Amino acid sequence: MNARIPILKLNEVLIVSIQWELDDQTAIQFQEDLLNKMHETAALGVVIDLTPIDFIDSFIAKVLGDVINMTGLMGAKVVITGIQPAVAITLIELGIRLNNVMTALDLENGLDKLYKELEA
Amino acid sequence: MNFRSSVEIITEWDIVAARQLGRNEAKKAGFGTVDQARITTAISELARNIYLYAGKGKIEIERVSEGGAFGIKIIASDEGPGIPDLRKVMEDGFSTSGGLGAGMPGVKRLMDEFKVSSEPGVGTIITTKKWLH
Repeated sequence: MNARIPILKLNEVLIVSIQWELDDQTAIQFQEDLLNKMHETAALGVVIDLTPIDFIDSFIAKVLGDVINMTGLMGAKVVITGIQPAVAITLIELGIRLNNVMTALDLENGLDKLYKELEA
Repeated sequence: MNFRSSVEIITEWDIVAARQLGRNEAKKAGFGTVDQARITTAISELARNIYLYAGKGKIEIERVSEGGAFGIKIIASDEGPGIPDLRKVMEDGFSTSGGLGAGMPGVKRLMDEFKVSSEPGVGTIITTKKWLH
């Protein structure tokens, strides 16, 4: 029931695809796993793809926001990709602004954006 | 056809169960994907509030019709400590739990109707509706 979210390494970038609805425990576990993996691999960037996710509540939004700030503290950049229209609408109506977060339509654009950012 | 389904909120897992029930009911009632997301998110916020502040309670979901309009009604009830300052919890960014403080005002924006009644020491009942447009 409490499966971990796989984190893949591609050169200096970590790729995460969140495939199913996040429960609280999995979200918190993911936070820790991602930071540990970054530390282990000295990754410079992370792409978190949310394409299959059909809703995000304030708790999951907080965990995501926190993980982005924590990743920043460790010197890496994060791009969030694949936010569905319904998710974007509900997040804003809920009153959640993911300010200063890099986003892209899909994984491909996200990786492009991240590489450009890392070269700059 | 006023059937009602409900989920007891006792553990974190029940939050997941409540929103899954909500999403299924919203889909069955004929809501589109955006409204399904709104209803699921609203239920998730309400269920989490029960879990965080009251310890346990209940989410009930019911189909409603009123003067030719059809929709879904969510009742979140608990016998927790109640909400001491209702005006404050409806302010954006107000939180006593270290959360984002988006919960209550957020739910109000996501849904079409929203009503809270709360009595300190007795509990809280939140009733919220979404209509099919």
